[in-house]
Amino acid sequence: MKYSDKVMDHFLNPRNVGEIINATASGTVGNPVCGDIMRVDLRIEGEVIIDAKFMTFGCGAAVATSSMATEMIIGKTVQEALELTNKAVADALDGLPPIKMHCSALAEQAVKKALLQYYQEHDLLNDDNRNLFSILEEDVHDHEVNDESDLPGIENK
Amino acid sequence: MNKERIYFDHAATTAVRPEVLSAMLPILENIYGNPSSFYDEGAEAYQYIQTAREQIAELLEVSPDEIFFTSGGTESDNWALKGTAIAKRKQGKHLITTKIEHHAVLHSMQALERIGYEVSYLDVDGYGLVDPKEIEAAIRPDTILVSVMTANNEIGTTEPIEEIAAICKEKQVIFHSDGVQALGAIPVKPRELNVDLMSFSGHKFYAPKGVGIMYIRKGVKIVNLIDGGAQEKRQRAGTENTAFAVGIAKALELALMDLPEEARRQTALRDRLIRELMTKIPYCKLNGHYEKRLPNNINLSFEFIEGESILLLLNELGYMCSSGSACTSGSLDPSHVLMAIGLPHEIAHGSLRITLGRENTDSDIDRMISDLPGVIEKLRRISPLYADFKQGKINNIIPEQGANLLKGELRYEVQR
Repeated sequence: MKYSDKVMDHFLNPRNVGEIINATASGTVGNPVCGDIMRVDLRIEGEVIIDAKFMTFGCGAAVATSSMATEMIIGKTVQEALELTNKAVADALDGLPPIKMHCSALAEQAVKKALLQYYQEHDLLNDDNRNLFSILEEDVHDHEVNDESDLPGIENK
Repeated sequence: MNKERIYFDHAATTAVRPEVLSAMLPILENIYGNPSSFYDEGAEAYQYIQTAREQIAELLEVSPDEIFFTSGGTESDNWALKGTAIAKRKQGKHLITTKIEHHAVLHSMQALERIGYEVSYLDVDGYGLVDPKEIEAAIRPDTILVSVMTANNEIGTTEPIEEIAAICKEKQVIFHSDGVQALGAIPVKPRELNVDLMSFSGHKFYAPKGVGIMYIRKGVKIVNLIDGGAQEKRQRAGTENTAFAVGIAKALELALMDLPEEARRQTALRDRLIRELMTKIPYCKLNGHYEKRLPNNINLSFEFIEGESILLLLNELGYMCSSGSACTSGSLDPSHVLMAIGLPHEIAHGSLRITLGRENTDSDIDRMISDLPGVIEKLRRISPLYADFKQGKINNIIPEQGANLLKGELRYEVQR
């Protein structure tokens, strides 16, 4: 498995690391059991994200996606930032190995969790935008468990 | 950045030694005959294989009849477990192993479970040690095999194989030991240890990948894993790999020639690295036993950070190491060995394994001692767990001054 140059750049020189004192909104996702935690702090003025900072406990992809995600939302309005998808983050990094895609989902979740706090506090949540937060209900670590009741045999594809 | 790269992953594999390559090349170039063929060219190839077998037998102090060539440690483990289970199926269907075995053993056991065998997976203590008394207590009238590794590949703990073998002998249960990490690193004599079956892998001691050894004590019944021609006394089919047989014999000869000196040398490097890193880096734990440990193994957990990111930064600095974090295991769970010694997930995720080899020097150790603290510091600076800890929101699990066991016992000053 090899990361793209862009992933390595964001991992080795992460942008926007740190915490924002008295942040307008923050979101923390992941857990230590799964080996990745991301925290995103936002400063929002007049519905524009004027600063974003992150801290990440996790692998190279987790650090790089959180770095890239913060870079992508700074200067955007909260509505624009809500359009951020994990695919867009991964694409901006020239792709991620398939096994690492959940890291970019975590980055999207962290941003949206912070935005959810802002939307709730400013009474902006409505039926039109509620579905944009649906990723927060997904467990990005969900994985299929094989049924091991018999010697199943594996088809040679 | 343009420094020489340092290989610190000898438990994963080793580079072929030049002497081994020199022994193999003439065979690859000239000895193409099928060892089973009648004519002189076949007989000549056969002779090379027999000589290699005799050399290995002499080095391991066993009979040549007890040495079989396989494709590697994985095949040997599969053969030992599945071959014994089938051979003994009328006596019973219960097998015993431990939770820290290599996947070649654990997954073979799981495959046997799926076809009606029953397997007991025994716990180990916080150092990764198996208690022979627990083996004794787990043996039932229908137990047919016990499998315990000689030394663990991740944390380097060396197990009480002789004691376990004695128990199995008394209870008349076949005893297999995966000796893959042990051979070439510590003295391994199957007969002295009194094991029935033992697996070895060439590429762990500077032979090529793709060749292994299986020791089968005379009188032990085992069913074939690979059926076909009459090679290896009809017990392991497939045209012999003459060059690799010669190569593994040469590699073993070289590895055992200076084993005591090399083990002493690596142990000194190991202990210095452990001591210095644990002194320089706070919230760091030594995984595995402080003394019952392979001479080349260092396994440390660093709290608040994740292992793959340690490996990535070390790779940039020119080091090749490994980790038991989920991200490096290809699954979502951290290493089963680190979980079995009782590490919480977050501590298991932050592990780093450094395994030394013949070419590592004092200056490699110096370089690591000077580089690793900065790597750990850099990752802690971006860790939300470390930030929370610094702000008093969460407690540390590993004491600041370091530990060997999580209850805080600090025992890494090994005196020699």
